[in-house]
Amino acid sequence: MIATDLLALLPIITLTCVILIVMMVIAFARNLALTCLCSSAGLALTLAAIAWVSINVEPQSVTPLIVVDEYALLFSSIIVIGAFFICLLAYSYHAGRGENQDEYLMLLLLSTLGGVILSHSAHFASFILGMELVGVSLYAMISYPVRGFFSLEAALKYLILSGVSSATLLFGIAFLFAVTGSLSFQGMADATAEMEHAGVFVLIGATFVLAGIAFKLSLAPFHMWTPDVYEGAPAPTTAFLATVSKGGIFAVLLRFFVSFDGFRFEAIMESLFWVALLSILVGNILALMQDKIKRVLAYSSIAHIGYLLVGFLAASVVGGKQLAIEASMFFLIAYFVTTIGAFGVVTIMSGSTQSDHDNDQLSQYEGLFWRRPLLATFFSAMLLSLAGIPLTVGFIGKFYIFAAGVQSGLWQLLAAVVVGSGIGLYYYLRIIFSMTKKTVSEDQIDIPLAGGWALGMVSVLLVVLGVYPTPVVEWVTSVARALA
Amino acid sequence: MTMILIMLTLFIGGLAAWMIEGWNRDLPRWISIGSITLAALLLVPLFQAPGQMLPLAPGVSSPWLEYINVPWIPRFGISLVFAIDGLSLLLVTLTIFLGFIAVLSSWSEIEKRPGFFQFNLMWTLAGVVGVFVSLDLFLFFFFWEVMLIPMYLLIAIWGHERKSYAAMKFFLFTQVSGLIMLVAILALVLAHYGQSGVLTFNYFDLLGHSIDPDLAFWMMCGFFVAFVVKLPGFPFHSWLPDAHTQAPTAASVLLAGILLKTGAYGLIRFTVPLFPDAAAEISTLAMSLGAIGILYGALLAFGQSDFKRLVAYSSVSHMGFVLVGVFAWTELSLQGSVMQMVAHGFSTAALFMIAGALQHRLHTRNMNEMGGLWQEAPRMGAIAMFFIIASLGMPGLGNFVGEFLILLGAFAVNKWITILATVGLVTGAMYALMALQKVFQGERDHPQKNGSISMPDFGPREMIAMIPMMLGLIYIGVYPQPVFDLVNPVLASLYELTGTNSKLWIGVLP
Repeated sequence: MIATDLLALLPIITLTCVILIVMMVIAFARNLALTCLCSSAGLALTLAAIAWVSINVEPQSVTPLIVVDEYALLFSSIIVIGAFFICLLAYSYHAGRGENQDEYLMLLLLSTLGGVILSHSAHFASFILGMELVGVSLYAMISYPVRGFFSLEAALKYLILSGVSSATLLFGIAFLFAVTGSLSFQGMADATAEMEHAGVFVLIGATFVLAGIAFKLSLAPFHMWTPDVYEGAPAPTTAFLATVSKGGIFAVLLRFFVSFDGFRFEAIMESLFWVALLSILVGNILALMQDKIKRVLAYSSIAHIGYLLVGFLAASVVGGKQLAIEASMFFLIAYFVTTIGAFGVVTIMSGSTQSDHDNDQLSQYEGLFWRRPLLATFFSAMLLSLAGIPLTVGFIGKFYIFAAGVQSGLWQLLAAVVVGSGIGLYYYLRIIFSMTKKTVSEDQIDIPLAGGWALGMVSVLLVVLGVYPTPVVEWVTSVARALA
Repeated sequence: MTMILIMLTLFIGGLAAWMIEGWNRDLPRWISIGSITLAALLLVPLFQAPGQMLPLAPGVSSPWLEYINVPWIPRFGISLVFAIDGLSLLLVTLTIFLGFIAVLSSWSEIEKRPGFFQFNLMWTLAGVVGVFVSLDLFLFFFFWEVMLIPMYLLIAIWGHERKSYAAMKFFLFTQVSGLIMLVAILALVLAHYGQSGVLTFNYFDLLGHSIDPDLAFWMMCGFFVAFVVKLPGFPFHSWLPDAHTQAPTAASVLLAGILLKTGAYGLIRFTVPLFPDAAAEISTLAMSLGAIGILYGALLAFGQSDFKRLVAYSSVSHMGFVLVGVFAWTELSLQGSVMQMVAHGFSTAALFMIAGALQHRLHTRNMNEMGGLWQEAPRMGAIAMFFIIASLGMPGLGNFVGEFLILLGAFAVNKWITILATVGLVTGAMYALMALQKVFQGERDHPQKNGSISMPDFGPREMIAMIPMMLGLIYIGVYPQPVFDLVNPVLASLYELTGTNSKLWIGVLP
């Protein structure tokens, strides 16, 4: 290992140092504001390190496990930016609830580190390392509130199912290793390069790996845990779970499939086709029946990862790869912005309550337009972005998915996206409508400073990227070109 | 630049109205009036602007008053293409004018959040103006969707008793059909890319390219569905009666007056010119749907006791004429369709205003509970009679010109459908006169109301809104030539572009 290697690893090193510093700070002064300041400054520093590396360091592999290229840096930066906003929201949430929970932010940073490693990973060892780093921190983050059973139940559920899925994943990796004799993505690609059709072991292995990944991404039919865990976890954790954890896993999935060229195996693509179709339909239809905002968002996130998979699947058609990768990345960015914003609203709504539940009943949002106009406007923007309405980044994301789908001729999936969007609109509009109702409820909602600013910035980002997406489009285009 | 300035005026006017609400509750509507007036003033120079010939396709060009092209998302060849020709100018003028009427019609009706109301009104107008002047398909789709949200909020917040249902239905119908159009747009753009290697959403570049007929047919269907839902044509009309009935008066005026016109505009500007052959294939079907819509709308209008619902169904009937006219695709029927769009905009907007005024005064829309109102409100009665007569197609008023030209033009293309459509003139008279009789004539006292509610007549503010519309209808009914002068070059070039068999040009007016 030489100096340039260390320089290339700068983002990871920075983040690790920040974690150590935050740990020391907590040991000396239990002050949530100070911890939050250190954490968010550390995340900003990490982002600066990422920017520095992307300008000054050539793409290279550092050890067989880690590869530092534009792709890794793109995913790292969206993960770090996402974590930054969630960090501010989490601070407001815990400060408002009067709980002294400094370690929460450290766990959040640890989990973010896992996400960053996932986006750099080009080897199954670093994949497992990153995934478990994300997962183990998340168990604690989900069960952090000391009151009530729900978060405990959610954490237990996530722990057990996540453990099973990791085992499935490992089992699948073992099969792939048995056939190819390598654990690195490139090695596997070389060993299977001559294969026209996937052999039975490759198929079994890939199926198990995909099942494990589908669980982490909460794709149907592996989605059962999602609504319960989303509901039980504190709102900032849910935001984190829905974005950073899924984004990291998807980064690995996409990189693995591109370097392994899994797109050529029809059987695998067909099974993913059904997974996407099922996710879109199941997610949207079940979301119709929910009365809790968090459960609605949980099911809608199942559907959204289904849309993401449509973009992913578009790469299976010759000539569609470049656009498909771009579409997936842009859609993921849009999903990050929107989801963090939506859960951010739930976070702020729940920040000042002392009950063991978050305020996520639909009835608690009635008349929000008249009580807290700005908050309601932000929430409407997020919901419209989820529904893919113009002026929001969600529209550009959906446009990208449509473009990739049309180019590759995935007509059935596009029909599912249209139907799903139609159903989705119903439950998003239902929330907006209930916010416009006249209300008698006089619940006090305080908008905390840090969380409010974070939400404001996310909303601005949502609209700016929706109206002028060109810089991000150019970014993902260049990354996709480098990858494909 | 004018187009962008107009949209900005409306956008900013809306924001200002919203912001100022907390300070003064009367100012927002004055701000709206101010920004609409400003927008109208900005529009005036365009009427004198020298046309600039731009090629639509090899050998075909048409005059454009203004053309702006600025790159927006270069990755996809998406640009901000704002262009205005006679057809757009006519419709933008109609939009601004009806926006003015809409503000006047809601002058004293809105008590809850007047500023936010004006904001939504202004943004709807801006979105519709955007639809009429965007000639990049992505940009067009962008505005097509943007105009929905404020309209949704207008219905959902200030609507009547079943507002949630109506607003949801309106949004769902338009949005889902819009997504189908988005797929068609992308398919068209990528097909063009496959042929020419240029990725562009620019209307001018996409015109006049031959596409594989099978594919073209499906793309055309995507566009067709979106526009016919908006028009609305049978059998996609079911959102309209609910939305129109539940919306507050100003929103009904905008919905009927201009939002429906975006569908007709889309058919004329995009569906047929982009896919002439595929459109010709379904022209008989589309004309039949139009004729069915005329009769079915009239029949249902006749069966209504709710005044607003009656006017809403009459819209279905009148827009059926437009559908027949567009798909007959002759010079005469196209002129008729455009004329019908303008005339329907005036007459229906006015009828919705009258319905709103009645509801505001009597707290009911049920015509069975009205009657004999002419005695107490003679001005309102006379004006209502004027617009009802206009809407049933009395010669000398704009609607007659439109319907007559459509029927004349369509007759050469398909006799039977035209004959069927002609019956619509008779049925139109039935429901329109029935409404007039039930509301304004007959006995004043009836069991429920017993004449106890006072019934103020139209005041000056309402007269200010009504008189220009009456004059407008008379003007285009007696002397329609200025409208034709404005749109004829556009229609002629579109007509030339589609290369339709010239034997259908019967009796073109000089």
